[in-house]
Amino acid sequence: MNVRLRDAQPGAASQLEVPARALSGEKARPLLQVDDVCRLFGPEQGCQEVSFTLYPGEVLGLVGESGSGKSTLLSTLSGRLPPDRGRVRYRDGADWLDLYAAGEGRRRALLRTQWGFVEQNPRDGLRMSVSAGANIGERLMAQGARHYGRLRQCALEWLRHVEIDAARIDDTPETFSGGMRQRLQIARNLVSGPRLVFMDEPTGGLDVSVQARILDLLRNLVREFDLSVILVTHDLAVARLLADRLMVMRRSRIVESGLTDQILDDPQHPYTQLLVSSILQV
Amino acid sequence: MANMSETPQPGYNFAYLDEGSKRMIRRGLLKAVAIPGFQVPFGGREMPLPYGWGTGGIQVTASLITPEDVLKVIDQGADDTTNAVSIRQFFERVAGIASTTRTREATIVQTRHRIPETPLEPGQIMVFQVPIPEPLRFIEPSETETATLHALSDYGVMHVKLYEDIVRHGHIATCYAYPVEVNGRYVMDPSPIPRFDNPRLHMSPALMLFGAGRERRLYALPPHTEVVSLDFEDYPFEIQRPEAACAICGSTESYLDELIVDDAGTRRHVCSDTDYCQARVKAREAAA
Repeated sequence: MNVRLRDAQPGAASQLEVPARALSGEKARPLLQVDDVCRLFGPEQGCQEVSFTLYPGEVLGLVGESGSGKSTLLSTLSGRLPPDRGRVRYRDGADWLDLYAAGEGRRRALLRTQWGFVEQNPRDGLRMSVSAGANIGERLMAQGARHYGRLRQCALEWLRHVEIDAARIDDTPETFSGGMRQRLQIARNLVSGPRLVFMDEPTGGLDVSVQARILDLLRNLVREFDLSVILVTHDLAVARLLADRLMVMRRSRIVESGLTDQILDDPQHPYTQLLVSSILQV
Repeated sequence: MANMSETPQPGYNFAYLDEGSKRMIRRGLLKAVAIPGFQVPFGGREMPLPYGWGTGGIQVTASLITPEDVLKVIDQGADDTTNAVSIRQFFERVAGIASTTRTREATIVQTRHRIPETPLEPGQIMVFQVPIPEPLRFIEPSETETATLHALSDYGVMHVKLYEDIVRHGHIATCYAYPVEVNGRYVMDPSPIPRFDNPRLHMSPALMLFGAGRERRLYALPPHTEVVSLDFEDYPFEIQRPEAACAICGSTESYLDELIVDDAGTRRHVCSDTDYCQARVKAREAAA
């Protein structure tokens, strides 16, 4: 992997390659290749020197304090913010697609078919004034689905997947609770069968019991649909639960990366040590 | 009956607008005709009537009209409403052109919210007054976003609106400004004409020009352009057929206005197209 691995233990690098490489066939081929991406708004504001590889079915957590550049990096990776330098490539079948060299049409098509983006605030990711069914069906309609009955069937199925009562299909998200909105947003993204989903603090701003339910749901959906996920969070508990691999960001750079359990149980970088030790114990 | 042209009032350029503005609008119209359904921005001028009363249409008419033209102006199909009469008189005064109420005699028909019942002929020009030219506006408030959606033919959101219609009303309830796809490319708002008139846009032999004064946009349908009303496979586009007949001429084919004529709530239906209605009455009297 091209990840800048823990400097303290160069030997750990070869160990970390195992989980992805040990798999054969489709899964052994990278899905996303990020080379030296840089997007800065000021010195150490934004992200720089970021390189890594993401494999199919892998959940990559991006942790760090606020202002460390997590969301900037996520926007750059997801085609919303062109980098100053470096490139992001995505493997579409056998072809590699350079995200920012491709036209906007191609990028948008990718974003609403093979990719998903779950916003922290569901208001940003949903159409609040149209019904839940239309929210779920929008991606399909954008892809040319023109059969009302089938769109509705599909919406009902996805409401079931995300545990929303089917009777709410014609209600607008305005009438939904925060947790339901977040689940609806997840359904709206997953309906097109994406391979890669970006999530920006998907459980931020929700109360703890709702958080647990959403995390549980996400974990099941990731398994069931074999999704690759890049997940931004400042909550190490969320990272522990969902992520296979972690990257720790500080002041625009990735300071440490590796398997989640390894990083959380045996942090090497002083900042990671501080981060892990600052988790509140109840 | 065609009114004879009168001498234009002194102090005005022919058809009110200065020649530079007319040329600018005509350039915009040429572009609009070249790309059917595409909204062309133009420098809308201030006209002596308020926004919402047809400032877009009146500018298009002013830039096109020649001394030989015969103008018809309708408002919801009627030639005798305030708006229609005022605009007709305006052009009689500032251009000295002839006007008419008969669709067949007119070379230019400026309209608010209807297409005449009488079939249009090659060479005729329809000028539509448009309040909001952007069909995606109600679902996507950002102008840059709608421009991008048009550029990429990314029209999924238009169907989201129709889907919502079916959710709320059990059928596609959009009954005016019903979105259409033009020439297999751009989605266009046909201005607030009833969806009853939508089929008349398809392959029309007349040139159709659309002007939005407040929003400063022009768009066009050249003659014989394919125009498809958007729909779902299981909820196809259909027009509402009137359940009644016109109380004056007895037509069951035309678009009818419903009127409440007394305090007891008695309803009458009459043709919205006054010229069509009167022509039928005259033909019946002539036959009798």
